[in-house]
Amino acid sequence: MAKLLQVELVAVEEKVWSGLAEMVIARTTEGELGVLPSHAPMLGQLTPGTVRIKLEGGEELAYEVDGGFLSVTAESVTVLAETALPVAAAARH
Amino acid sequence: MAGGVRVLRRRIKATRSTKKITKAMELVATSRIAKAQERVAASLPYANAITDVLTALASNTNAQHPLLVPRDPEHRAGVLLITSDRGLCGGYNANAIRLTEQLIARLKAQGKQVALYVVGRKGATYYNFRGRELAGSWSGFSEQPRFEDARRVGETLIQAFVHGADDSVDGAGADGVLGVDELHIVYTEFKSLMTQTASTKIFAPMQVEEREGSKDELLPAYEFEPNAEELLDALLPKYINTRIYAALLDSAASESASRRQAMKSATDNADTMIKSLTREMNSARQAAITQEISEIVGGVNALAAAGSE
Repeated sequence: MAKLLQVELVAVEEKVWSGLAEMVIARTTEGELGVLPSHAPMLGQLTPGTVRIKLEGGEELAYEVDGGFLSVTAESVTVLAETALPVAAAARH
Repeated sequence: MAGGVRVLRRRIKATRSTKKITKAMELVATSRIAKAQERVAASLPYANAITDVLTALASNTNAQHPLLVPRDPEHRAGVLLITSDRGLCGGYNANAIRLTEQLIARLKAQGKQVALYVVGRKGATYYNFRGRELAGSWSGFSEQPRFEDARRVGETLIQAFVHGADDSVDGAGADGVLGVDELHIVYTEFKSLMTQTASTKIFAPMQVEEREGSKDELLPAYEFEPNAEELLDALLPKYINTRIYAALLDSAASESASRRQAMKSATDNADTMIKSLTREMNSARQAAITQEISEIVGGVNALAAAGSE
């Protein structure tokens, strides 16, 4: 896949993760959604839960967030969480 | 004369140990500055991102929110003052308190009542000692504030602001709680290691500040989940908390910088004092020796004179 998303996961006290990814999966108040490159610009409110970031090559990162916001543009995704903790046993597909 | 030497020696010793303490505090403060600056840098990505999101939201909707609309007339103003928990930091607290007093005087001249909120033990002590009532105070985190602390402060202030919506000049409105119609913050801005200035800002009703260096390109038309009003409702309190957190971090860096400077000059003064005391002690010792010699010589002369008679 040629196109990748520029993903930033920021918590209040520090930047947690940033890099390129194929897909970001998060749960907003309206339901779970997966964001692929060239997604329509969107702002969403997150509910507490897991944010998953699929990296190139099939690896997956997962973070537990306690709510926050999701900002999506065609090339980038920004996840604003107050706190974000890595989930140790991230599901691997 | 020997007594004078002993007193001086004791004073030198006391000054030396004071110097050791101030030097240690200087070093601790220096390392704290670096840490505080790192934390400021670490909090920037979130602050920038939330400002971007808010800018996008504000420019995409005409949604109105109580936190964004100035009230007419404004009866009561809330002032949040950020001071330190510990002293020995030069003019840091005095400057912030002086600026607060000026702000309060200005607000009172405009016919507003003032509710004062204080962060930091020093500020709270100042107002408690003078018997002035505080609407709220927090302490215990001035040197290393966490977001949790900012949120506690923020929640209280936002609640006061919301309660203020229906107040009249004479007292509380329908909800029976006296709130505020605007929020000011007094904190100490960290300009450089040498300069920290107390400054005031209005938090609410707020104007969304354009981020410096933000792209001039047109913002895309966003979709909102849920709708824009609810998003704004959720986002604005968080934004205020972020601003308070930023102010706390900045103040913490300023506090350490002020303390470093105060301790550095204390150490320098101790050095000068030790030097002059050592001089004084040496000359006292010399004088004592000279006196002893002249006494001995005098004694010998007197004995010789007595023997030759």
